[in-house]
Amino acid sequence: MTFNIFMFYFLSAIILIFSLLTITSRKMLRAAVYLLFVLVATSGLYFLLNYQFLAAVQLTLYAGGIVVLIIFSILLTSHISEKFKKPSVWKIWMGSLSFVFGSVIILWVLLSHQFVKPEGLKDIPVNMHLIGNQLLGLGKNGYVLPFELISILLLAAMVSAIVVVKKEKK
Amino acid sequence: MIEGISIYHFLVVSTIMFFLGIAGFIIRQNLITILLSIELILNAVVINFLAFNKFLYPNELQGHFFGLFIVGIAAAEAAVAIALIINVYRRLKSIDSDKVNEMKY
Repeated sequence: MTFNIFMFYFLSAIILIFSLLTITSRKMLRAAVYLLFVLVATSGLYFLLNYQFLAAVQLTLYAGGIVVLIIFSILLTSHISEKFKKPSVWKIWMGSLSFVFGSVIILWVLLSHQFVKPEGLKDIPVNMHLIGNQLLGLGKNGYVLPFELISILLLAAMVSAIVVVKKEKK
Repeated sequence: MIEGISIYHFLVVSTIMFFLGIAGFIIRQNLITILLSIELILNAVVINFLAFNKFLYPNELQGHFFGLFIVGIAAAEAAVAIALIINVYRRLKSIDSDKVNEMKY
């Protein structure tokens, strides 16, 4: 067993175990910290796939930004030591049934399908130079339009977030 | 390409993660924990995009860029959702999804 394979199984075990803990933990702050572990392990999977830039984005933006935002909002809206009451049996049944049926059906479809890699495709090295050129490129493999749309969307989201939480004048 | 690991390994991990997110979305009552489940779902989708990109079409970067855009959209979505949750908490003093049934201004 090489180190690659060991790391893959290790990271996926972390992802699955902590995802389960995220949705079952009855303390909210703990759920957020478990989500942090899931996100860090996911960025490890991206490193394993040789997408270093996206892994770094995942670490800084998700693990550094979103989780901190969520933890702050948890501190603003609830008491730390507060425990949730147990969800109703009906909800637990519906959730586990949708998990079991959905994953069984999707896994059956995916594993019975034969993915064939097209012949003659060369593996390109993913470096910053290439990413920058394609992200702001206009021609083939250029993504400048979605890039600009994302920037406008982010601006609008930030402005709307400020407007929504601003206190009204008495 | 990773030695000894096929695309199916990645697909199994991301599928289970996706449906754990959906189960959490149904089971949870608190709005913030529902948001955590949505983050799980989005991450599973990004893993799928990257695995397809790496194992089937390694000559282009389409999945990589879609993953990048999904991460950006997730940031925007989390910011707006948390702003809404804080506003709901101010008005109703609770963020349980079964108590928030009054959306009147």
